[in-house]
Amino acid sequence: MKNVCLLFEIHQPFRLKKYRFYDIGADHYYYDDYANEEILKRNAYQSYIPAAKMLLEMINRSHKEFKVALSISGVAMEQFEMYCPEFLDCVRDLVATGCCELCCETFSHCLSSLINADDFRIQVDLHKKIIYETFKYEPKTFVNTGMIYNDEIGAEVAAMGFRGIITEGTKHVLGWRSPNYMYNITAKADVGLLFRNTKLSEDICQNFQNGLDAGTYTSWIADGPETENIYVIAMNFDVIGGIHPASTGIFEFFKALPSFAETKKLRFITPIEAFDNIPSVAPASVGHAISWDGYDKDVSAWMGNDLQHEAIRSVYSIFERLHLSKNQVLKQDYAYLLSADHFKFMSTKQGAYVPFSPYDSSFDAFTNYMNVISDMQIRLNQEFPSSIDTDDLSAQQQLIENQGKEIERLQAKIAKLEAGASAKKKPSAKK
Amino acid sequence: MFGWEWPPHILGGLGPASYGIVRGVVNTGECDVTFVLPKPQGDEEKGFVHIIGAANTPVVWRDVDWNYVQQRFGYCMDPQEYYDLRNCIYADFSHLYTNDMGCIEFSGRYPKNLLEEINNYSIVAGVIARKESYDIIHAHDWLTYPAGIHAKQVSGKPLVIHVHATQYDRTRGMCDAGDPTFQIELDGMNHADLIMCVSELTRQTVIQKYHQNPDKCIAMHNAVEPMKPEVLNMEAKRGTDEKVITFLGRITAQKGCEYFVEAAARCLQKAPNARVVMAGNGDLMESMIRLVARKGLADRFHFTGFLRGNQVYEMFKVSDVYVMPSVSEPFGISPLEAMQCGVPSIISKQSGCGEILENCIKCDYWDIDAMADAMYALITYPTLHKYLQEAGRNEVNQITWEKVGRRVVDAYKRLLGWG
Repeated sequence: MKNVCLLFEIHQPFRLKKYRFYDIGADHYYYDDYANEEILKRNAYQSYIPAAKMLLEMINRSHKEFKVALSISGVAMEQFEMYCPEFLDCVRDLVATGCCELCCETFSHCLSSLINADDFRIQVDLHKKIIYETFKYEPKTFVNTGMIYNDEIGAEVAAMGFRGIITEGTKHVLGWRSPNYMYNITAKADVGLLFRNTKLSEDICQNFQNGLDAGTYTSWIADGPETENIYVIAMNFDVIGGIHPASTGIFEFFKALPSFAETKKLRFITPIEAFDNIPSVAPASVGHAISWDGYDKDVSAWMGNDLQHEAIRSVYSIFERLHLSKNQVLKQDYAYLLSADHFKFMSTKQGAYVPFSPYDSSFDAFTNYMNVISDMQIRLNQEFPSSIDTDDLSAQQQLIENQGKEIERLQAKIAKLEAGASAKKKPSAKK
Repeated sequence: MFGWEWPPHILGGLGPASYGIVRGVVNTGECDVTFVLPKPQGDEEKGFVHIIGAANTPVVWRDVDWNYVQQRFGYCMDPQEYYDLRNCIYADFSHLYTNDMGCIEFSGRYPKNLLEEINNYSIVAGVIARKESYDIIHAHDWLTYPAGIHAKQVSGKPLVIHVHATQYDRTRGMCDAGDPTFQIELDGMNHADLIMCVSELTRQTVIQKYHQNPDKCIAMHNAVEPMKPEVLNMEAKRGTDEKVITFLGRITAQKGCEYFVEAAARCLQKAPNARVVMAGNGDLMESMIRLVARKGLADRFHFTGFLRGNQVYEMFKVSDVYVMPSVSEPFGISPLEAMQCGVPSIISKQSGCGEILENCIKCDYWDIDAMADAMYALITYPTLHKYLQEAGRNEVNQITWEKVGRRVVDAYKRLLGWG
């Protein structure tokens, strides 16, 4: 029996408005509300909502034989909350069928997994929290930003208690091996590692309009080698209705999948079912970080040039101090600024695909972002003067936090001493 | 080819561009070039090109002996050539003022009686066109268009005109059809078989404002000469560690100088460690000085006046940011030179050179907020500065006249139907 695991990713960053240098220190609102609302709503009405309704219909029609997984970033969820809550209702309906798994990623759709392990944990917790608050759901599968993965990330994710991870089936990592098997991470044998089938996924997201029908597509899977038992097909959700508009027949293509799958003995499966039921054939080691991006399948679209490195260094340099702060607004801004998209807009890679960049050039993107970070630094310095060392600061903070307990402890001690003193007094009085 | 300037005697961008194109064309090994100049001084670099001076070409027959020709013109031409040209005099020009050699005097500059000089140049071109043998006539900028037309009429060979600038751009669109320069340009374009424009921007102006057939207009972007090692190794004489933002060019309406002042003023308010330099002169210089004074920024805003020769490169060497905010710039070579010196550039989107440059910051000339932001970013974020410095230098080193020459020769061949 061959299993097909469909995964859709949904992410929209909080795009920044034109933030000029004279706004630094004067204006603390960074977001282009108009663009964010317009883009989110356009995507929701063209793609996300009709596609989610289609998935629900597919599940019901197939008597819950059809299964699907969604990975929705936290910043996207916050934007849905603000601009288009009806989409979240669609997802709730999907989750209620029990045939839709929600995967965990980072809240901001960020690169922290490669840069700062502490922030990575915070980000994952934030995402778990918002998924739980919105859908009463606890995700068990992890899908990183752009499917970025290496062995260290694997170990980190395993330590956080996930059952499995999905990443890109890049040729330079897999070599002669097929992506269509269950693997496990090198650090832990019971944490599964699934590889996206690049060819089958890109056949839909890039080559669909060259003429592809569900019958041919399912037979490619069915005609594969006997023992290959898990096909991960993953793409951005806006492929359905957005990149390929409804007029191309993309909806009909998907709707036809379950019945073809049935005749060709293919079974749909969620990632968590795969991790639970399909045994791993071998550990798979990934030394350098891989991703699903572009042709290189590496992280160069986000961390490829000096501008991107500098921007990333600047934003992560305020991490420690920021987390000492109690200022929730500041923390929220920080989370929004971590979205990987901001760095991708700075890419100078030849032919890099930067969808919907709000900037004219990579240099604009860099300047704008750095201006915002400069303002963040000023705000943080207002909270804690930069003259104080971060370690001192954290010690002092702890002192303040613990002062209640400390006072209680000292008071108890005084009471005890006083009691002791009066007890001592009595015998002396007897004398 | 007909041209007006040739290094080392240059007054603007036309000389180096003509020189570069000729060198590139000859470099392909498929063309020989005869270049007509108004008045050669004898010290021109001419190893690869045959230069004829209009001022050395007789239009009235004078009986002079070999030794006298050698004595008068020997510094720039072979006496035999004088006689050959003399044999090609085609009409009676004795009503014109000519000297003892039967030649018309040329200044070779841009004198008050420029239109008369242009006309004389085209008279002389008739003589040269009859003497020389050639397959293509190539005329650089409007000054030489009448000469090109004349040569075409004499020989029937195809005429290529090279549009280095247009009157429409020079006047910010304020010229009317009666403008004599506009008339000469239009006449040249109407007679041309191929119009090479220094950028797509200029090509569009030629198509839209001069109503030319788009099929015969092509964009032929300029390139830049590699920096001489002695210029590259020049020490930067910096007195302070303050950042320097530089404007370099004629201070005229076309160059967008008032936008520069506004943007720089905004930047200075926020960046106390910066200075601004406006190098060059022009008709708006005084009003710019007044504008700066009104803004109370005169202490950090410096006017150098006209820079010549190596002073330009010295200026680049001490600059951190170069800005070219031109309202309309057919090509604009100076950002390329700044980038060669390792100075990141901000250029207006209305500049032709922006079409072939990736590693510079582009903004609309009127968007002074964006311009100020780019200035601030370049002096505040060292990574951006360093990135653009290195990537810009690498990029600009790839833009060579050899490649331009190849493209020019290919265009010639297409025009002649040689494949």
